[in-house]
Amino acid sequence: MLNHSPFITVINIIRNTTGYFLFFSSLLLSGCASVSPWQRGILAKPEMQLSTQPVQALFYEHAYGSREAASGSNAGSGGGCGCY
Amino acid sequence: MLWAEEITQPMPNCDLLLANKSANIHLKEHLGKVLYVDFWASWCGPCVKSFVFLNQLNTELKPQGLEIIGINLDENFSEAQTFLDKYPANFTIATDQAQQCATAFNVKAMPSSYLIDKKGNIRHVHLGFRADEAAKINALIHQLLAE
Repeated sequence: MLNHSPFITVINIIRNTTGYFLFFSSLLLSGCASVSPWQRGILAKPEMQLSTQPVQALFYEHAYGSREAASGSNAGSGGGCGCY
Repeated sequence: MLWAEEITQPMPNCDLLLANKSANIHLKEHLGKVLYVDFWASWCGPCVKSFVFLNQLNTELKPQGLEIIGINLDENFSEAQTFLDKYPANFTIATDQAQQCATAFNVKAMPSSYLIDKKGNIRHVHLGFRADEAAKINALIHQLLAE
Protein backbone atom coordinates (compact mmCIF):
# COMPACT_ATOMS: atom_id res chain seq x y z
CA MET A 1 0.00 0.00 0.00
CA LEU A 2 1.04 3.56 -0.62
CA ASN A 3 0.81 4.47 3.11
CA HIS A 4 3.55 2.06 4.01
CA SER A 5 6.05 3.11 1.37
CA PRO A 6 9.45 4.21 2.78
CA PHE A 7 8.97 7.60 1.16
CA ILE A 8 5.85 8.32 3.22
CA THR A 9 7.62 7.11 6.37
CA VAL A 10 10.42 9.59 5.83
CA ILE A 11 7.92 12.39 5.25
CA ASN A 12 6.17 11.48 8.49
CA ILE A 13 9.40 11.50 10.46
CA ILE A 14 10.28 14.94 9.13
CA ARG A 15 6.78 16.18 9.88
CA ASN A 16 6.94 14.94 13.44
CA THR A 17 10.39 16.23 14.23
CA THR A 18 10.41 19.62 12.49
CA GLY A 19 8.70 21.31 15.42
CA TYR A 20 11.26 20.01 17.90
CA PHE A 21 14.09 20.88 15.56
CA LEU A 22 12.88 24.47 15.17
CA PHE A 23 12.29 24.83 18.89
CA PHE A 24 15.72 23.61 19.92
CA SER A 25 17.56 25.50 17.20
CA SER A 26 15.77 28.71 18.24
CA LEU A 27 17.40 28.33 21.65
CA LEU A 28 20.73 28.83 19.96
CA LEU A 29 19.61 32.13 18.50
CA SER A 30 19.79 34.11 21.69
CA GLY A 31 21.04 37.25 19.99
CA CYS A 32 23.76 37.85 22.55
CA ALA A 33 27.20 39.02 21.65
CA SER A 34 30.11 39.69 23.93
CA VAL A 35 31.29 43.30 23.91
CA SER A 36 34.90 44.04 24.65
CA PRO A 37 35.67 46.91 27.03
CA TRP A 38 36.96 48.98 24.13
CA GLN A 39 33.83 48.45 22.03
CA ARG A 40 31.50 50.30 24.37
CA GLY A 41 31.83 53.67 22.70
CA ILE A 42 28.47 53.60 20.98
CA LEU A 43 26.76 51.91 23.94
CA ALA A 44 28.04 54.70 26.18
CA LYS A 45 26.28 57.43 24.22
CA PRO A 46 23.41 59.15 26.07
CA GLU A 47 20.94 58.17 23.35
CA MET A 48 21.75 54.51 23.95
CA GLN A 49 20.72 54.57 27.60
CA LEU A 50 17.55 52.80 28.72
CA SER A 51 16.37 55.94 30.46
CA THR A 52 16.41 59.38 28.88
CA GLN A 53 16.32 60.99 32.35
CA PRO A 54 18.94 59.15 34.39
CA VAL A 55 18.87 61.50 37.38
CA GLN A 56 15.09 61.52 37.60
CA ALA A 57 15.00 57.74 37.19
CA LEU A 58 17.45 57.40 40.05
CA PHE A 59 15.27 59.60 42.22
CA TYR A 60 12.14 57.60 41.41
CA GLU A 61 13.99 54.40 42.09
CA HIS A 62 15.11 55.74 45.44
CA ALA A 63 11.56 56.77 46.36
CA TYR A 64 10.24 53.41 45.22
CA GLY A 65 12.92 51.55 47.13
CA SER A 66 12.25 53.44 50.38
CA ARG A 67 8.47 53.13 50.15
CA GLU A 68 8.55 49.46 49.40
CA ALA A 69 11.35 48.94 51.90
CA ALA A 70 12.87 46.95 49.14
CA SER A 71 16.14 48.55 48.25
CA GLY A 72 17.70 46.50 45.57
CA SER A 73 14.36 45.53 44.17
CA ASN A 74 15.40 47.08 40.91
CA ALA A 75 18.41 46.19 38.89
CA GLY A 76 21.49 48.15 39.88
CA SER A 77 21.91 51.52 38.29
CA GLY A 78 24.76 52.19 35.94
CA GLY A 79 25.76 50.84 32.59
CA GLY A 80 27.26 52.94 29.88
CA CYS A 81 30.94 52.94 29.23
CA GLY A 82 31.90 50.67 32.10
CA CYS A 83 35.01 52.72 32.68
CA TYR A 84 37.05 52.10 35.74
CA MET B 1 45.21 36.77 30.80
CA LEU B 2 47.41 39.58 31.96
CA TRP B 3 47.24 40.65 35.55
CA ALA B 4 49.64 42.74 37.54
CA GLU B 5 50.57 39.62 39.50
CA GLU B 6 51.60 37.74 36.40
CA ILE B 7 54.09 40.30 35.30
CA THR B 8 57.23 39.92 33.23
CA GLN B 9 55.45 38.55 30.23
CA PRO B 10 56.93 39.78 26.98
CA MET B 11 54.74 42.40 25.38
CA PRO B 12 52.94 41.51 22.17
CA ASN B 13 53.93 43.44 19.09
CA CYS B 14 51.44 45.87 17.65
CA ASP B 15 51.30 47.65 14.35
CA LEU B 16 49.76 51.02 14.92
CA LEU B 17 48.99 54.05 12.85
CA LEU B 18 50.04 57.46 14.15
CA ALA B 19 47.12 59.75 14.88
CA ASN B 20 48.12 62.14 12.11
CA LYS B 21 48.21 59.09 9.80
CA SER B 22 51.75 59.98 8.73
CA ALA B 23 53.38 56.65 9.57
CA ASN B 24 53.01 53.22 11.06
CA ILE B 25 54.74 52.44 14.31
CA HIS B 26 55.54 49.15 15.98
CA LEU B 27 55.77 48.77 19.73
CA LYS B 28 58.93 46.68 19.45
CA GLU B 29 60.71 49.71 17.95
CA HIS B 30 60.93 51.10 21.44
CA LEU B 31 62.92 48.31 23.05
CA GLY B 32 65.57 49.85 25.26
CA LYS B 33 63.19 52.49 26.56
CA VAL B 34 60.64 52.25 29.32
CA LEU B 35 57.27 52.15 27.58
CA TYR B 36 54.01 53.39 28.98
CA VAL B 37 51.21 52.02 26.79
CA ASP B 38 47.86 53.60 27.52
CA PHE B 39 44.64 52.40 25.88
CA TRP B 40 42.06 55.17 25.74
CA ALA B 41 38.92 56.32 23.98
CA SER B 42 37.14 59.65 23.63
CA TRP B 43 34.03 58.37 25.44
CA CYS B 44 35.99 57.33 28.51
CA GLY B 45 35.69 59.81 31.37
CA PRO B 46 38.76 58.82 33.41
CA CYS B 47 40.85 59.09 30.23
CA VAL B 48 40.50 62.87 30.41
CA LYS B 49 42.14 62.87 33.83
CA SER B 50 44.84 60.49 32.73
CA PHE B 51 45.80 62.79 29.86
CA VAL B 52 46.73 65.58 32.27
CA PHE B 53 48.94 63.13 34.15
CA LEU B 54 50.48 61.65 31.02
CA ASN B 55 51.32 65.06 29.57
CA GLN B 56 53.09 65.96 32.78
CA LEU B 57 54.87 62.61 32.87
CA ASN B 58 56.03 63.01 29.30
CA THR B 59 57.46 66.44 29.98
CA GLU B 60 59.29 65.25 33.08
CA LEU B 61 60.55 61.85 32.06
CA LYS B 62 60.91 61.69 28.29
CA PRO B 63 64.51 62.98 28.54
CA GLN B 64 65.24 60.11 30.92
CA GLY B 65 64.05 57.47 28.45
CA LEU B 66 60.32 57.13 29.00
CA GLU B 67 58.15 56.70 25.90
CA ILE B 68 54.41 57.15 26.28
CA ILE B 69 52.12 55.80 23.60
CA GLY B 70 48.42 56.49 23.85
CA ILE B 71 46.54 53.95 21.78
CA ASN B 72 43.13 55.13 20.74
CA LEU B 73 40.32 52.60 20.44
CA ASP B 74 37.49 54.78 19.18
CA GLU B 75 35.33 53.09 16.58
CA ASN B 76 35.13 56.39 14.78
CA PHE B 77 38.45 58.23 14.75
CA SER B 78 36.87 61.65 14.18
CA GLU B 79 35.56 61.45 17.77
CA ALA B 80 39.11 60.93 18.98
CA GLN B 81 40.21 63.92 16.94
CA THR B 82 37.59 66.12 18.64
CA PHE B 83 38.81 64.84 22.01
CA LEU B 84 42.43 65.63 21.11
CA ASP B 85 41.51 69.15 20.01
CA LYS B 86 39.95 69.68 23.43
CA TYR B 87 42.59 67.88 25.48
CA PRO B 88 45.86 68.09 23.54
CA ALA B 89 48.46 65.40 24.17
CA ASN B 90 52.18 66.02 23.99
CA PHE B 91 52.99 62.30 23.80
CA THR B 92 52.64 59.88 20.88
CA ILE B 93 49.05 59.09 19.92
CA ALA B 94 48.35 56.15 17.69
CA THR B 95 45.27 54.28 16.57
CA ASP B 96 44.58 50.59 16.58
CA GLN B 97 41.85 50.46 13.99
CA ALA B 98 41.94 46.70 13.55
CA GLN B 99 41.72 46.38 17.36
CA GLN B 100 44.55 43.91 17.07
CA CYS B 101 46.64 45.54 19.76
CA ALA B 102 43.81 45.70 22.30
CA THR B 103 43.10 42.03 21.68
CA ALA B 104 46.77 41.10 21.96
CA PHE B 105 47.11 42.96 25.26
CA ASN B 106 43.76 41.57 26.40
CA VAL B 107 42.54 44.98 27.56
CA LYS B 108 40.14 44.52 30.46
CA ALA B 109 38.98 48.03 31.18
CA MET B 110 39.10 51.55 29.85
CA PRO B 111 41.54 53.11 30.37
CA SER B 112 44.15 50.40 30.78
CA SER B 113 47.83 51.07 30.96
CA TYR B 114 50.82 48.77 30.71
CA LEU B 115 54.29 49.56 31.97
CA ILE B 116 56.94 47.82 29.91
CA ASP B 117 60.57 47.64 30.90
CA LYS B 118 63.60 48.22 28.69
CA LYS B 119 63.75 44.54 27.74
CA GLY B 120 60.17 44.57 26.49
CA ASN B 121 58.53 42.77 29.40
CA ILE B 122 55.20 43.88 30.81
CA ARG B 123 55.92 44.75 34.42
CA HIS B 124 52.75 46.41 35.56
CA VAL B 125 49.14 46.48 34.42
CA HIS B 126 46.98 49.30 35.63
CA LEU B 127 43.22 49.34 35.16
CA GLY B 128 41.40 52.63 35.18
CA PHE B 129 42.81 55.92 36.35
CA ARG B 130 42.32 57.93 39.51
CA ALA B 131 44.33 61.00 40.33
CA ASP B 132 45.47 59.54 43.66
CA GLU B 133 47.15 56.65 41.87
CA ALA B 134 49.52 58.94 40.01
CA ALA B 135 52.20 58.85 42.70
CA LYS B 136 52.31 55.06 42.73
CA ILE B 137 52.65 54.87 38.94
CA ASN B 138 55.30 57.56 39.06
CA ALA B 139 57.34 55.55 41.55
CA LEU B 140 57.06 52.41 39.41
CA ILE B 141 58.29 54.28 36.34
CA HIS B 142 61.25 55.67 38.23
CA GLN B 143 62.09 52.17 39.36
CA LEU B 144 61.99 50.84 35.78
CA LEU B 145 64.03 53.77 34.47
CA ALA B 146 66.70 53.04 37.06
CA GLU B 147 67.09 49.39 36.01
